[in-house]
Amino acid sequence: MAATTFPAVAVAARRPFSRTLALYAKETKYELLKNTRIPVYAISTVAFPVMFYVLFGIVLGSGNPANRNENATYMLATMGCFGVIAVALFGFGVSLAMERGQGWLQVKRASPMPVSAYFLGKLCSAVAFSTVIMLLLLAIGFAFGSVRMPIATAAKLVGILVAGSIPFCAMGMAIGYFAKPNSAPGLVNLIYLPMSFCSGLWIPLFMLPHGLQVLAKVLPPYHLSQLALNAVGMVNNPTPAWGHVEALIAFTLLFLGLAAWGYWRDEGKTYG
Amino acid sequence: MSTALAEMPRPPRRAPAPRPASVATTCNLNKSYGAIVALRNLNLDVHTGELLALLGPNGAGKTTLVRMLLGLARPDAGSVSVFGADPHQGHVQPRLGAMLQVGRVPETLRVREHIDLFSSYYPAPLPLRETFQIAGIEDIKNRPFGELSGGQKQRVLFGIAICGNPDLLFLDEPTVGLDVEARRLMWSQIRTLIARGKTVLLTTHYLNEADALADRILVLDKGSIVAEGTPAEIKARAMGKQIRCTSRLSLEEVRQIPGVLSAKADRDAFELQVNSAEPVVRELLQRDSWLGDLEVTNAGLEEAFLALTQNNNADAANGRN
Repeated sequence: MAATTFPAVAVAARRPFSRTLALYAKETKYELLKNTRIPVYAISTVAFPVMFYVLFGIVLGSGNPANRNENATYMLATMGCFGVIAVALFGFGVSLAMERGQGWLQVKRASPMPVSAYFLGKLCSAVAFSTVIMLLLLAIGFAFGSVRMPIATAAKLVGILVAGSIPFCAMGMAIGYFAKPNSAPGLVNLIYLPMSFCSGLWIPLFMLPHGLQVLAKVLPPYHLSQLALNAVGMVNNPTPAWGHVEALIAFTLLFLGLAAWGYWRDEGKTYG
Repeated sequence: MSTALAEMPRPPRRAPAPRPASVATTCNLNKSYGAIVALRNLNLDVHTGELLALLGPNGAGKTTLVRMLLGLARPDAGSVSVFGADPHQGHVQPRLGAMLQVGRVPETLRVREHIDLFSSYYPAPLPLRETFQIAGIEDIKNRPFGELSGGQKQRVLFGIAICGNPDLLFLDEPTVGLDVEARRLMWSQIRTLIARGKTVLLTTHYLNEADALADRILVLDKGSIVAEGTPAEIKARAMGKQIRCTSRLSLEEVRQIPGVLSAKADRDAFELQVNSAEPVVRELLQRDSWLGDLEVTNAGLEEAFLALTQNNNADAANGRN
């Protein structure tokens, strides 16, 4: 019956593969452009970790020349974590919450855009920002903190931290599906700052009270920072790295599950 | 060029087929949000090549209906079919374009970049230059979205809707909040689309907008269709007359006269809303030989439209009880 009530127009051509590639590339390019042109985003994600690294990693450590480079190397790993987490939570979480809550995501979903392109664009943008932050921190550490490590080690550190931002992209996605657009930035800060402190990203964990050291083990940044510290040889009693990877995978699945729940819950309301 | 189009006569439409083909249909559509009923047993047919206007006050269910036709919301009951398929299916969406009401668009991207990105979503988009031209955004294509005026922003959203060269377009209140000039410009752009043979579903709460653009109007109120017809038919039903007179009759007696939709005392005179003036005037003169200061005027368009939806509700209620 349906076939007789609509005109026999040829079904629109499928997108050729080259155009699909171009689509994903454009989504990523414009997500990056959009973010780099927002001063608040560029400043809070890039400038803060750099500033904190200079303060905690370089200036604070300079008083004691004996362990100066040790301090700068340690903070390179933990401030690197701090940086990539901000990129993931703001670039993914806040931006999703805003675009969803203000109806923009709905405009995109009314088009034939593959939903995967939207999220992959955000992921790639986060990866690019994370890489830039890590390269900046490395440059500062090498230039002013007497950090010395083989190129391979530095590359490993960058690789771990950039890949390690994926669980936090998932966390951002979960927040993005539950937070309202206006409260999202505040909410992310409220989660991100205490979580970073309690995971030992600002002050090494062994200098924190015992209670916090126990608490840290259930926080995702702790596990990422342990992997990063391990990569630069800064862990004294190394637990097997595999355990931290497992923990991060578990957190990723948990947050993706939460995001899926939020997506489902959302369908009935804002359909974002 | 686009302003010149505004002055052009409406292009001739194809003769109505005995049974027009449909590009989109809904069958007994129901949707509630909690206690609020958005759509009630709604049946709708969008015919190929027409501009169908969904006319109704805020909260009538227009946007909900558009969302369902786009596959952005699921019906509680009933079915939606677009190009003979579920709108969720992958091959349907490339043939649809939508201009939706949106709170905020990423402001740091330039107009050209927005259009470029949305064009890339479609298998066979219009060339960018053509989209700029139809939407009238050629001269602002390099400006960031955040710096545009309200009318310019709407034109960009219009450009986003048409850039994929879709067969069926949804325009959800495209001129809301625009001044008269920007509204006329948008109308001329919509007419350009009609001339290209696109099927358009337009929602609006302005009767004159539906009248200026549509082939067919559906009046939606509280989730149901309360009237349907050509603009001329709907206007005839909505365009009532207003009678003003002084009389010795009481307000209650005046209200009893057949054909009087409503009546109220205004200073020392009565004001009557009627569909057709002559029978009522005849009756008034017969009942009251002292009748004076008689004035018959056209009722305001919007008031008449309100009266139309209210009457239908009353009729429906009376019919049921």
